[in-house]
Amino acid sequence: MPADTLPPPGTPAPGAAGGSSRRRRASRSWLGTLPLLAFAAVCFGLPVGFVVYGAFTTDDGGTTHATGSNIATSLGGAYLTSLTGSVELSALTALLGCVLGMLIAQAVVAARRGALRESVLTASGVLANFGGVPLAFAFVATLGISGVVTQVAHLDSAGWNLYSFPGLVVIYLYFLVPLMVLVSVPALDGLRPQWREAAHNAGATTGQFWRHVGLPVLAPTLLGGFVLLFGSAFAAYATAAALVGGSVPLVTLKIADALSGNVQVGQENVALALSLDMIVIAGLVMAVYLPLQRRSTRWLH
Amino acid sequence: MAALTPTAGTAPGAVPGKDAPPARPAAARRPRPRVWRGAVLGLAGVYFVVPLLASFVFTVHVPGHGVDFGAYTGILSADGFGRSLLLSLGLAAATIAVSLLLVVPAMVAVRLGAPRLRPLVEIVCMLPLVVPPIALVSGMQSVLRWGPDHLATTPLYQTFLAVQNQSFPLVLVFAYVVLALPFVYRSLDAGLRAVDLTTLVEAARNCGASAAYTLWRVVLPNLRSSLAGAAFLTLALVLGEYTIAALLGYEPFAVWIVTISGDEAQMSVAVSLLSLLIAWVLLLVLSRAGARADAGASAPAPASRADARGTTAPLPAPSGKE
Repeated sequence: MPADTLPPPGTPAPGAAGGSSRRRRASRSWLGTLPLLAFAAVCFGLPVGFVVYGAFTTDDGGTTHATGSNIATSLGGAYLTSLTGSVELSALTALLGCVLGMLIAQAVVAARRGALRESVLTASGVLANFGGVPLAFAFVATLGISGVVTQVAHLDSAGWNLYSFPGLVVIYLYFLVPLMVLVSVPALDGLRPQWREAAHNAGATTGQFWRHVGLPVLAPTLLGGFVLLFGSAFAAYATAAALVGGSVPLVTLKIADALSGNVQVGQENVALALSLDMIVIAGLVMAVYLPLQRRSTRWLH
Repeated sequence: MAALTPTAGTAPGAVPGKDAPPARPAAARRPRPRVWRGAVLGLAGVYFVVPLLASFVFTVHVPGHGVDFGAYTGILSADGFGRSLLLSLGLAAATIAVSLLLVVPAMVAVRLGAPRLRPLVEIVCMLPLVVPPIALVSGMQSVLRWGPDHLATTPLYQTFLAVQNQSFPLVLVFAYVVLALPFVYRSLDAGLRAVDLTTLVEAARNCGASAAYTLWRVVLPNLRSSLAGAAFLTLALVLGEYTIAALLGYEPFAVWIVTISGDEAQMSVAVSLLSLLIAWVLLLVLSRAGARADAGASAPAPASRADARGTTAPLPAPSGKE
C-alpha cells in the first residue's frame, strides 16, 4: 500500500538518503498485495482445494477414504454424456461464433463508417453481457413453444424445438457472436490497408490475400477468440437452467442436480469430481489462450 | 494498379489520413464487397433485432385482448421485486467496493515497489477464469457444510453464520469478488499501462504531498476511466449472476426473475427486456464518461472494454430497473 511505501515525515529529503528510502520502499510495499493474496487464498483457494479434496475422497459415516471412484463415476455413463454434450455444444457454438463474429467485424471495419462502427461496438458490448436468465426468457418469448415467431411462422409444425441442442446453439450465439466482434475489431483494425494494396500490386487476388496474409496474421486472434468463446459457452449454466424442461445433457446442469441432491443422496462428491473435470478442461483451454493473446497483441499494435 | 494508401504523413499534397478510404478504381472493385457486406450486416441485424422485437410483442400482446402494458406496470408492485433488486444492488455495491479495495493497492504496490510480485498478482487475478462459477459454488458449498461441523467450538463458527446471513449474504459478495477479479485486474492494468505511475508519485511526493493525498488526488484520478470500466463490468456481473446465488439458496434479482416466470411469464420477459435497456444506458453513460476522462489518451473505449472483459463464465447479464 502506498502508505507503507513512503518514508515517514521527517525523513531527510532525497539526495544522500535517497538510496535508503528507496530500499525501504522496496522492502515494504509488498504489504499492499497482502489483502488481495489473503482474500484469494481463503475465498478462492479454499473452495478449489475442497473441490480437489472432495473429488478424491469418499465419506462413509464419519471416516474419509481416498478413492478414485468419484472421478471414475464422473467419467462414465450419463455424466460422461453430459461432459461430451457440453464440450460439443461449446465447440460448435465457439466455431460458429468465431466465423460469424469475424465476418460481422470485417463488414463493420471495411465499411469505414464511424457511426455504424460505434453503434455496432456499443451493441456488441451490451449483447455480450446479455447472457444468462434474461437471454433465455427473451428466446422463450421468441422461439419457445408459445413464442411470437414460433406462432407466426408455425415453426412447431416444422419440428422446431427451442429446448434442444440446435435451440441452445441459436441462443448461445446471441451472446457469443457479439463477444467475438469485440475481440476481432481491434485485430482487423491492425490489418493495414497497405498490406492489401501491396498484395494487389503484386498480383494477388482478394482470396489469395486473405489466405496468405490476412488469415495468418489474424490466426492468433481467431484461435484466442475460439478459446474465449469456448470457455464462455462451457461454463454457462443460467441460460440452460432457465429453459425449464430442457433435455440437453450439460455438465453444469448435472453438477447442479447432484449438488442439490435431486438425483441421489450422497452425490455431492461426484459433483465435486465433475467440477474438477470442468476445471481441468477449462484450464487446458485457457493454457492455450493466454500466451496466444499476448502474442496477437504484440503483433497487431 | 490500385492507388496506395499513404503511410503516415509521407503523402504529398492533400491526401487524407489513413482513416479515409483509399482511393480505388471505384467501379471495378466496389459492387461486390458492398453486396457482401450489406448481406452480412443485414442478416446479423435480423438475428439480433428479431428476438428483442418478438419479446416486446410477447409482453404487450394478450391473445384475444389486444395490447396491454400490464406486464410493465405490474413490475413495481410484484411480490419480491423491490427486495430482490435491493439485494442485488447492495451486493453489487459491496462487490465493487471490496474488489477495488483489494486490487488497486495490490496493483499500485507491485508497480511502485514490488515488481517481483507482479506475476503472482496477475496469476491470482486471472485464475478465476479457469474455474467455472458452478465449480466455485460446489467448492464453497462444501466449505460451508464442513465449517460448522468442525469449527463449532471456535469463534469462527459465528463467522460462518454471519457470512450466510439471509438478509445480506456476505458469502455471495466473496464469490462475486472472485468472479470479478479478472475483469477488474485487466481493466486497471490497461489504465495503469497508460500512465507513468512512478514518475507521477515521485513528483507528487517531491512537491510535499502526503501518501494518502497522492493516492487520492494523483493516482486515482488518473485511473478514473478504468475504475469506471471495472465498476460497470462488476455491476453487470453481479446483477445478472444466477448460478451461485441460486445454488446457495438466495434470491437476488436474477433468481427472482426465474421464480416469477412460472406464474408471470410476460412479466419475466418484460423485466429481461428492461434489464437489457438499462445495461445499454449504463454503457453509453460510461463510454461518454470514459471519453471525456481520457480525451485523446490511450486506446478507444470499446476496444479496451473488450479487452477488459476477456472471458466470463455464464455471461453476466446486466439487469435491474431504475
